[in-house]
Amino acid sequence: MSFLTGFFAVFFYVATFIFIAFTGYKIVQYVRTPAPLKIPAMPAPLTQGGVVVRLIKEVVLFYSLFRSNKWIWLFGWVFHFSLFLVLLRHFRYFLDLSNPIWFWVPLIQPFGKYASFTMIIGLTGLLIRRIYVERHKYISSPSDYLHLILLLFIAFSGCMMTFVVHTDIVQLKAFIQGAITFGLTSTGWQPIPASPILFLHLTAVFLLMIVFPFSKLLHAPGVFFSPTRNQVDNAREKRHIAPWAAKLDATRQP
Amino acid sequence: MAAPKVIAPEFREYPVIPIIKVDAMKGNGPFIAAPQYQQPLNFPSELVDNWQEKAIEKMGDLLSRYRSFQVYMDSCVKCGACTDKCHYFIGTNDPKNMPVARQDLLRSVYRRYFTLAGKYFPKLVGARDLDEDVLNEWYNYFHQCSQCRRCSVFCPYGIDTAEVSMAAREIMDSIGKGQKYCNEIIAKVFKIGNNLGLPEPALRDTLEGLEEDIEDTTGVAVRLPLDEKGVDILLVTPSADFFVEPHVDGLMGYAKVFHESGVSWTLSSYASEGANFGMFIGSYENMQKIALRIRKAALDLGVKRIVFGECGHAWRVAYSFLNTLAGPFDFLDPNYPVPQHICEFTYNLIQEGKLNFDKSKNDDMVLTFHDSCNVARATRMGDKPGGQMEIPRAVIKAVCNHYYDMPKDTIGDQTFCCGGGGGLLTDDLMPLRVKGALPRMEALKQVVDEHQVTHLAAICAICKTQFAKVLPYYGFSMDQIVSVHQLVSNAIILTGQETDDDE
Ligand code: HEM
Ligand code: HEM
Ligand code: SF4
Ligand code: SF4
Repeated sequence: MSFLTGFFAVFFYVATFIFIAFTGYKIVQYVRTPAPLKIPAMPAPLTQGGVVVRLIKEVVLFYSLFRSNKWIWLFGWVFHFSLFLVLLRHFRYFLDLSNPIWFWVPLIQPFGKYASFTMIIGLTGLLIRRIYVERHKYISSPSDYLHLILLLFIAFSGCMMTFVVHTDIVQLKAFIQGAITFGLTSTGWQPIPASPILFLHLTAVFLLMIVFPFSKLLHAPGVFFSPTRNQVDNAREKRHIAPWAAKLDATRQP
Repeated sequence: MAAPKVIAPEFREYPVIPIIKVDAMKGNGPFIAAPQYQQPLNFPSELVDNWQEKAIEKMGDLLSRYRSFQVYMDSCVKCGACTDKCHYFIGTNDPKNMPVARQDLLRSVYRRYFTLAGKYFPKLVGARDLDEDVLNEWYNYFHQCSQCRRCSVFCPYGIDTAEVSMAAREIMDSIGKGQKYCNEIIAKVFKIGNNLGLPEPALRDTLEGLEEDIEDTTGVAVRLPLDEKGVDILLVTPSADFFVEPHVDGLMGYAKVFHESGVSWTLSSYASEGANFGMFIGSYENMQKIALRIRKAALDLGVKRIVFGECGHAWRVAYSFLNTLAGPFDFLDPNYPVPQHICEFTYNLIQEGKLNFDKSKNDDMVLTFHDSCNVARATRMGDKPGGQMEIPRAVIKAVCNHYYDMPKDTIGDQTFCCGGGGGLLTDDLMPLRVKGALPRMEALKQVVDEHQVTHLAAICAICKTQFAKVLPYYGFSMDQIVSVHQLVSNAIILTGQETDDDE
C-alpha cells in the first residue's frame, strides 16, 4: 500500500468516526434534554401530523427564511438544494450500482453534475452578502467565512475534476470499496488514483466532516429539535410535563 | 436630578433597514433589585463572590434542563434573517439589539466554556471569557428584549431569543444580579396577592365603586363579586384592570358580559393577579409558585371554570403553561377548556346570539387592533390555529362599525411589540420603551392617514399601559388606546337597561 493510499484511508476513517460519533452524541443530547414548557411559535399545528408537515416545509422549502428575507432564501436554498443533488450523485462511489434499488443514482447524475455550478453561485452569493451587508458583517466571526470558503473550495475542486482534469473514477471507486470493507474482500486494498486535485477535494471534505459536530453545522440536526417548530399546540388538552418538573409536583402546594 | 428628556425617533418615510450605530444603547441597564426583593424569590441578595463560577454552573444546569436553550445555542448559522426583525433594533439602531447579536452575548460564553471549538480556538468562533464587562453587557441588553418572539417567527430554525433572554436573566438572578422592576413585583405578589400591592379591603371598595358606576350609567345592577364560593367562574385578570384607564373600562365590560350570560362568577382576593412575572425572569420555580395561587383559589372557591381577563403574557402562562405548572385541572368542569380567555367567552355568546349591541355607541371611534405578541405568537383562542387573531377582531367588529387592520406585516404572527413587554414596563427604561414603539407607531400612523383611524384597541395590560405612555411621544394622545371589552361595554344593551329611545 502506498503512503498516500494509507494516509487517505486513515484520514477517511478518522473523519468518518468523528463525524458519526460526535454528531450522534449531539443528537442523543438533544433527544435527552427535556423541553419543560410548551413554546411552539403560533399559529401552530394541532396534531403530530401537522407538525411533520410544518417541519417538511422548513427543511425542504426553508419556509420561515422565505418569509423573512428573499435574498438570503434564494442563495441559501439554491446552495442547499445543489448540495443535496451533489451528495446524491456521490452515492455512486459508495454503492453497488448493479443492485436495482439504486436505479435512480445514474438518473440524477447529470443534475448532480451541473448542481456544482449552482452550488458555487449560491455559496458566492452568501459570501458576498456576509462581506458587504453591514448587519451580516457585524454578526460574522472568522469561522462563518471559513465555512463558506471551505465549501466553496470543495465545490470548486469537485467541479475541476468533473469538467477539467478528470480523475480515474473506476480506480477511486475501487479504493473506496477497499477502504469501507477494511480491505477484507477478495479484491482487498486498492490504491487511490494519483490526482492532486482529488487529494485536495478529499482533504477539504474530511475537514468538513471533522468540523461538523463542533460547529454551527449542527443546524442540520438542530432544525428537527427546535421546540418552537416541532411542538403540537395542545397545551390545554394534554398536560405536558418534563421529568425534572414532575419531581416538583410532589412537593408543591396545593 | 431630572431625567434627560426622551425624544422619539422620526417616522421613516418608508420602512428601510436601519444603519447600525454601535453602542447606541450602551449603558448600565435598569435598576438592580435590592436584597429585600431578591430573597423572597430565593435568589442571593447581591452579587456573590464567585459569580463567574456560579454563572457557568447555572448555564450548564439550564442547558441540561431546557432543550430550547441547548439547541438554540448550537444551531444559529448567522444567516442574518432575524437582524432587521426586532423593534428595539429598528428603534435604536444598536446592533446588539439584533436578535442574533443579543443571543451571541450569551452564546460567546457558551462557546468558551461548553464547546471544544471555543475552548481551543476562541477567536475563530467568537468565544469570550465571562468577565465583568460581559456581565454588564448581559444585564443591559437582556433587559432590552421584550421576549416578544418576533425574531423566532423569521428564523429558519425558530431560534427564540425570548428563551435566551429568559435563560440569561435566570443566570443573573441566580448570582444575585436581579432586575428591580420584575423582582419587586413578584415579591409583592407573594406578599399581597397582586402586582400593584392592592390589599383585599381596597379591592373590595374598588369593585363596589365600579358596581355603582355601572348602575348609574345603565340603571342595571351588575355585580363584581369578590371571593364568592360555589360560583361557576373564577375570573383572573391583571390587577391594572382594577383602577387604571382604559383597563378598568374593560373590567366593567367583562362584568356586563357575565351579567348578561347569566353565569355566576367571582374574583379572588388571593389570586387577584393574572400577570405572572416569573416568566419574564425565566424562573420555572417562581412562575410555578405564582401559578399555583390560581389553582388554590379555584379549589378554595369551588368554581367550575377559570377565565382570564385581557393580559398578553398572562394568557401565555395561562394557555400554554398553566396545565403544566399547576395542572391537572380535573376538578373543573371538563366541558370547558381550562383556562378560557374572556374574548373566547364573549365571542361564544355573540355566536349564540345571546348578547345585544348598539354598535352606534362606538361610532365616535374608528378602530384598529394591536395583536399583543404573547397572544399572537404564543397562544391560541378557540379551536382553530389563528383563532387568537380572529376572535378578538370578531368581537370588535360585532360591537363597532368602523374597523381597519394595520399593514399585514405588522399584525398577526408578524405583529410588532408595543415596546414595553417582557418586564421592561418601568420608568427607568423609558428611552428604550419610546424607541422600541417606533414600528408599531409607524403602522398606526399609516392607518390613521389612510382610514382616519382614531383608536387602537388591545387585549393586554402591558400594551395598554405602554401605549398610554408612549403615544404622546409620537404625536398621538394617551386616550387613543382602548380595551376591547371597553368597546363591548359601550355597545352592550343589558336586559332591562334604559336606552336613549325610552327617554
Ligand atoms: C437538514 C438539512 C439542512 C437544512 C434544513 C439546512 C438549512 C439551512 C438554512 C435555512 C440556512 C440559512 C440560510 C443560508 O444562509 O443558507 C443554512 C445555512 C447554512 N447551511 Fe444548512 N441546512 C441543512 C444541512 C446542511 C449541511 C449538510 C451543510 C453542510 C455540510 C450545511 C451548511 C450550511 C452552511 C455553511 C450555512 C451557512 C451559510 C452562510 O454562511 O450564510 N447545511 N442551512
Ligand atoms: C468521501 C467523499 C467524497 C469523494 C470520494 C468525492 C469525490 C469526488 C469526485 C471523484 C468528483 C469528480 C466527479 C467526476 O469526475 O465526475 C467529485 C465532484 C464533486 N464533489 Fe465530491 N467527493 C466527496 C465528498 C464531497 C462532499 C461532502 C461534497 C460537498 C460538500 C462534494 C462536492 C463535490 C462537487 C460539488 C463536485 C462537482 C460536481 C459533481 O461532479 O458532482 N464532494 N467528488
Ligand atoms: S424576542 Fe422580540 S425583543 Fe427580543 S430579540 Fe426577538 S424581536 Fe427583539
Ligand atoms: S435567523 Fe436564526 S439562524 Fe439566522 S442569524 Fe438569526 S438566530 Fe441565527
